[in-house]
Amino acid sequence: MFDRVFKAGDDFKKLLKLLGVFIALGFVCYIFQYYRGLGITGLGRDVSWGLYIAQFTFLVGVAASAVMVVLPYYLHNFKAFGRITILGEFLAIGAVSMCLLFIIVDLGMPHRLFNVLRYPTPNSILFWDMVVLNGYLLLNIIIGWNALDAERMGVAPPKWVKPLIYISIPWAVSIHTVTAFLYAGLPGRHFWLTAIMAARFLASAFSSGPALLILLALFIKKRTKFDPGEEAIQALAKIVTYALIISVFFVLLELFTAYYSKVPGHTNHFDYLLFGLHGHAELVPWTWLSNILAVVALVLLINPNTRKQEKTLKIACFATFFSLWIEKGITLVITGFIPNTFEKITRYIPTIPEVFITLGVWAAGFFILAVLYKIAVSIKEEIGA
Amino acid sequence: MDEKRRDFLKITGACVLGFSILPVLKVSAKQVTQPPEKRPAYKDHPKALHGKRWAMVVDVKRCQEQNKKGECRKCIEACHTIHNVPTIPSVKEMKWIWKENFEHSFPGTAHEFVPEEFKEGPFILLCNHCSNPPCVRVCPTKATFKRQDGIVMMDLHRCIGCRYCMAGCPFGARSFNWWDPKPYLTQMNYDYPIRRRGVVEKCTFCDERLAEGLLPACVEACPAKALVFGDLEDTASEVRRILSKRLSLRRKFELGTQPNVYYLV
Repeated sequence: MFDRVFKAGDDFKKLLKLLGVFIALGFVCYIFQYYRGLGITGLGRDVSWGLYIAQFTFLVGVAASAVMVVLPYYLHNFKAFGRITILGEFLAIGAVSMCLLFIIVDLGMPHRLFNVLRYPTPNSILFWDMVVLNGYLLLNIIIGWNALDAERMGVAPPKWVKPLIYISIPWAVSIHTVTAFLYAGLPGRHFWLTAIMAARFLASAFSSGPALLILLALFIKKRTKFDPGEEAIQALAKIVTYALIISVFFVLLELFTAYYSKVPGHTNHFDYLLFGLHGHAELVPWTWLSNILAVVALVLLINPNTRKQEKTLKIACFATFFSLWIEKGITLVITGFIPNTFEKITRYIPTIPEVFITLGVWAAGFFILAVLYKIAVSIKEEIGA
Repeated sequence: MDEKRRDFLKITGACVLGFSILPVLKVSAKQVTQPPEKRPAYKDHPKALHGKRWAMVVDVKRCQEQNKKGECRKCIEACHTIHNVPTIPSVKEMKWIWKENFEHSFPGTAHEFVPEEFKEGPFILLCNHCSNPPCVRVCPTKATFKRQDGIVMMDLHRCIGCRYCMAGCPFGARSFNWWDPKPYLTQMNYDYPIRRRGVVEKCTFCDERLAEGLLPACVEACPAKALVFGDLEDTASEVRRILSKRLSLRRKFELGTQPNVYYLV
């Protein structure tokens, strides 16, 4: 099926070349990091996880969101999603690939990566995260590929794929739950030590992921002969709407607990995010940008007229995606370390090589995604779906 | 034709996978079938110190009085020289033992009316060798682990540098080698390993010295005898005697990690 990629048009090849340039730049910076050490990043003793782990956290959500198309189609027989399940599954493959790459670029000793397998440690949440992420990647590769192959041949997918699909549904929930547990079980990190973390993660994932999927589907609709279908896009838009409402609600719950109890361990971090703390306000503009984008998205999504118009829906989806990217891909992880365990503030600003490595990994993920989508869409076009 | 090519590719793929897994199977089969190798018997140093729950008591007053005579950094210098801990003046600093004031050692405990002399301390901070260590719980490779004698140890050859332990430690006791430490060492102790960049390290209660019957370097170096080291399970130990007589504080006891460094106030 890969042959379709080579037969692709000029525009697609240009896209791959552009992504290739970013991958190459990221790779060069990574080589630099590999030989000099993680010292080339803006990280330090106090803020010891940064951009890489934050991207990882956000993208696990994007990966998990595939379940939002798989579940209605396979459990509720919602036919409209039948056309786009493959897009959801392939998005998951691209997103999990980025997650794994972000973990690898964050390691101080990447060549010792397999120690996690050589010395399996079930009491470590990171061990379980490795298990569920790799499992999810494998599940989506097997399911996506077989479903698409069957579609190409005009037959039903092999029977043994069905149980895997059913397994993939709770599995998707598990990847984001386990990722939340990475944070929610650490004593002394008050910002993360909250029982609602996993629920918050899932809510934000189920709005940011489908928002991206809508944008991708609209792009495909515009640029190819395959139409993912108005009904599917509108159904996704409703999912984004409700998930975003729940996500914002969960954040408000956190704010209530912090500011009504006035326990400093809880308010300090939110103060740092929203207003700045002891003269440090590095993340304040980001937080408010995220908040404003969320409000814009909610207004456009809740109003049925703007939700149904492609133009405003697009704006809403961009706003949702970037709002939640800021929340999980920047502020959530970094703020856990600010103030630190001594209640001191150390600021963290990513360095240029760190940003390029991050862009490189994103480009690599989108490269994988572009190739997979090209295959899927070509087949859809061939069979005239 | 097409079908045959697919079958051929499938079989080839299966073969490649099989052959690449084969060596792994051979190794694991060996481990099961062959009896364990006879290793040379390991004998403890005759003077080695043994304990069940090593702990440290910091007499803040004594340390303070010593510091009044002039800035004292003896414990820090001794530790960092012996263990080749580099001096990196930035957010990427490395430290196993250091000084901190009251407010930051015991966040939330200090108030504005704390005696002036007490505010600055100094409080000597180091790894608490918790009885219930979160760093050990979170490590994905068992590179950090709890020894029988209570010491929370690091296996520097196993650490993958994920820094989960640094997020897990509520005491900020851990340092990561962001750079190669060598250029930042003014002198090197060749009896102790120098780390590579990319691994996490911290105080080990001088396990290498205990094994030779010596007290931790910081304890030995303190001119005021403000650091007392001993076994909390041993009822006759000095640390037990002091703790039963004087009021002591532990950092962030409320988190339940059960720190084993006590501060006399």
